Amino acid sequence: MAETKPKPKPKIKKESVEMPKQKPKERVKNFNEVALGYTEEQAIEEANRCLQCIKPQCVGGCPVEVPIPEFIKCIKEGKYAEGIAMIKAKNALPAVCGRVCPQEEQCQVNCVVGRIGEPVSIGRLERYLADWEREHGFQLPEKAKPTGKKVAVVGAGPAGLTAAADLIKLGHEVVMFEALHLPGGVLVYGIPEFRLPKVIVRNEVAYIEKLGADLRVGNMVGRTHTIPELMKNGFDALFIGSGAGLPQFMGIPGENLGGIYSANEFLIRVNLMKSYKFPEYDTPLRLGKHVVVIGGGNVAMDCARSSMRLGANVCLLYRRSREELPARHEEIENAEEEGLVCRFLAAPLKFIGDEKGWVKAMECQAMELGQPDASGRRRPIPIKGSEFTMETDTVIIAIGQTPNPIIQRTTEGLEAHPRRGTIIVDENGKTSLEGVYAGGDVATGAATVISAMGMGKTAAKAIHEYLMNKK
Amino acid sequence: MRRRNETYKIVATKELAPKEKLLEVEAPDIAAKAQPGQFVIVIVDEKGERIPLTICGYDRAKGTVSFAFHEVGKTTKELGVLCEGDCLENVTGPLGNASEIKNYGKVLCVGGSIMIAPLLLQVKAMKEAGNSVTAVLGARIKDVLMMEDEAKAMSDKLYIATDDGSKGYQGLDFLKELLKTEKFDHCVAMGPVVMMKTVSEITKPFGIPTIITVTPLMVDGMGMCGVCRVTVGGKMKFGCIDGPEFDGHQVDFEELVKRQRMFLPEERLSSVLWEIGGCKCGRNKA
Repeated sequence: MAETKPKPKPKIKKESVEMPKQKPKERVKNFNEVALGYTEEQAIEEANRCLQCIKPQCVGGCPVEVPIPEFIKCIKEGKYAEGIAMIKAKNALPAVCGRVCPQEEQCQVNCVVGRIGEPVSIGRLERYLADWEREHGFQLPEKAKPTGKKVAVVGAGPAGLTAAADLIKLGHEVVMFEALHLPGGVLVYGIPEFRLPKVIVRNEVAYIEKLGADLRVGNMVGRTHTIPELMKNGFDALFIGSGAGLPQFMGIPGENLGGIYSANEFLIRVNLMKSYKFPEYDTPLRLGKHVVVIGGGNVAMDCARSSMRLGANVCLLYRRSREELPARHEEIENAEEEGLVCRFLAAPLKFIGDEKGWVKAMECQAMELGQPDASGRRRPIPIKGSEFTMETDTVIIAIGQTPNPIIQRTTEGLEAHPRRGTIIVDENGKTSLEGVYAGGDVATGAATVISAMGMGKTAAKAIHEYLMNKK
Repeated sequence: MRRRNETYKIVATKELAPKEKLLEVEAPDIAAKAQPGQFVIVIVDEKGERIPLTICGYDRAKGTVSFAFHEVGKTTKELGVLCEGDCLENVTGPLGNASEIKNYGKVLCVGGSIMIAPLLLQVKAMKEAGNSVTAVLGARIKDVLMMEDEAKAMSDKLYIATDDGSKGYQGLDFLKELLKTEKFDHCVAMGPVVMMKTVSEITKPFGIPTIITVTPLMVDGMGMCGVCRVTVGGKMKFGCIDGPEFDGHQVDFEELVKRQRMFLPEERLSSVLWEIGGCKCGRNKA
C-alpha cells in the first residue's frame, strides 16, 4: 500500500483578503467611512476560501440564521442578485450587519477555515452583496396573502425593523411608530457615520417601507399614543423594540457641570443632528481640546473616535484593564491607530468646575483588580491614597444605558425588571400582556444590533403564530 | 423625509407682543392627547435643531396645537418669519408630564414673559377644576406685556408687575405683602428662571406648595440625552421625563441658569449668521 497517493488537499490561503481602509492620518480628519469594502475581485478571492462545508458551523453562530455557505457560493459564481436575495430572506438589514456585527464572536468564530488560519470574512462578504444591491436596485420578495391582521411595531431600530420586515412578508399589515424624527434607532443616533454611513440606514429602511410598512416618525409611544390605546384601537398585536435609550450617570459630585456629556447626548448631537457640520446644521456641540471618555465599550469607542475627528486629544478612562475592555477588538485597534490614549485601572471621584460652571479637572482614583464579579470580569477595587487629578475640558460618560421608562410607566400590567427597567419576556419575546411582545435592548438591556435583530425575528414568528391561532 | 399623516401645517400665527409669537399647527395626534404642562419638540427644517416649546393651547376637534416663543435665537427667529400655510419639518409630542390639575382651593398663578401663554392654559384648567385663581403677569417693560385681557377674563383677580415699574408693581416684592393678607393653597410659576426663583423664595416662608416649570436645553426631549438634567432636592432629575414641573422649593436654580447658558456662544453665532444670510425660504417679512 506504499503507492497510495495522498489526497489532494484544497489549497486554502491562511490569510483572509484584507479590506481596504482609509489611512489613520487621513480618516481622523473626516467622518467618511473607514472601511471601504471589497472590490469584486477581492470578494471572489475571499469567497473562494470558503470550504462549503456539508455541515456548516458558521450558521449556528448567526442570531438570524443567514444561509452563509449558500450566499458565499453565489459570490463565487458571480450570482450576486441571487446571493443577496438569500440573505434578505433571513436578514432585512445586511448592509448594516456586514458593517457592525461582531462576526469574530458569532459566525466567524465557528468557521472551519479558522482552525488553520484566519476564518472566512463572512461579514465583509455580506457587506459586499448588500452594497452591490444598493448600486443595482432592490428586488422585492414575494409576500404572503394578506391576513387582515394589523401589528404595531414600537421603535424603528434594529429589532423593530427586523420584526416589521418579517411580519409584512407573512402577510400582516404593519405600522411602525418611531419617537425620533428619523427612523433607524441606534443606527442613526448612536453609531457614527464613519462606521455606518447614514445613507445605508436610509436605504435599508426604504426597503422595509417598500415592502409595505407604514412608518410614522415623531411619534413617541407612551406619550403620543399609549400601548393600551393602540391595542384598543385596531391593532391585533404589538411589538416593543424601543431600545435602551436612557443614559446612566455616575452619581458623583460635579456631574452637572458644563462640558460633561452623556455618551447619548454626544452621539445624538454628532450623528442624528449632525453637529459636526455646525453651523450648517443648527445643533451645536462644544468640544474642548482635552476630552476624557469614561467607559470601555463600543459606545465609548464611538465617542472617542468621533471626538478625535472633531480635533480633540482623547483619553479613555477605564476602571479595569485592557483585557476586560468590552469593546470589539477591531474598534480598539482602530481607535488607537487614530491616536486614542488609554488610561486603565482608574475611575473618577468628582468633577471640578471653573467659575462659569464648566468642568476643568477631575479627581480620580487608581484601581486594582480583585476576584471576578457577577459579570465574570475581575472586579476593580480602589487603591487607598492613590487619588490624582486629571485636567480636562470635556467629559463624555459612556458607562451604559437602560430602557426608557415611559412605556413601562404608561402600560398597566406590563411587567418590567424593578431595577434594570427591562421588559420581562419569555424565550419567544412574549410579555405579561396578551398580544404584546418585546425584543432587543428593551428586553435585554444594552447589547448588540444583531442580538436585537435576532429577538425581533423570534418575536415576529411568535406574533404570527399568535395571530393565526387567535379566533 | 416627511411622512404621510404628518404635515405640521401652520394654520394661524399671532404676535402676542413684539418678538413674542404664537403658532397654531396641524398635529391631530398631539392635539388629541395634549394636557396643560406638556411640551412639544419642534424642528423647523431638515438641518434644524430640536427645540422644546411648552404647549399653550390645543383644539381637539380641529386637530391643532399651539405654542409660543420669544424670538431670541436662530430657530425661534426662523419660526417667527413662517406664515400661515407653511409646514414645519416635525412636531413631536405631547412630551413631559401633565400638570396636576385639581381643586386646591385658592391658587396663585405667576407668569413671566413668553411663558404667560402656557400659564393661561393652566389658569383656565385650574378655574375649571373649581379653584379661585389669582393671576400675576410679569414683563420686563410694559410694551412687551402680553395677554392681559385674556388673563383678566379668566382669573378672579389680576396683578401686573414690570421690572422697571412702567406698569403695575415694580418687581415681585408686592407678593410678600399680598401673601401676608391673603391665604393661598397652591402656587404655579412659569417664566424666566430668575422669576421662578424669586416666587419660590417668597412663597417658601408661607408654606405654599409651589410648582415651577423648567425649560432647560433639550435635544431629544424624551429621556435619551440627559442635557436637561436638573438637581431637585439634591437628586438628579431629567426635565423631559421627570418634569417639566418640579417643586420650586427643591430646585437648584443657580445650576439651572448655568446649564441653560452652556451653548450661548454657539447660539449667538447661529443667530448672527442667520441674520446676515436672511431667511432661506424667501418669505421674510422684514
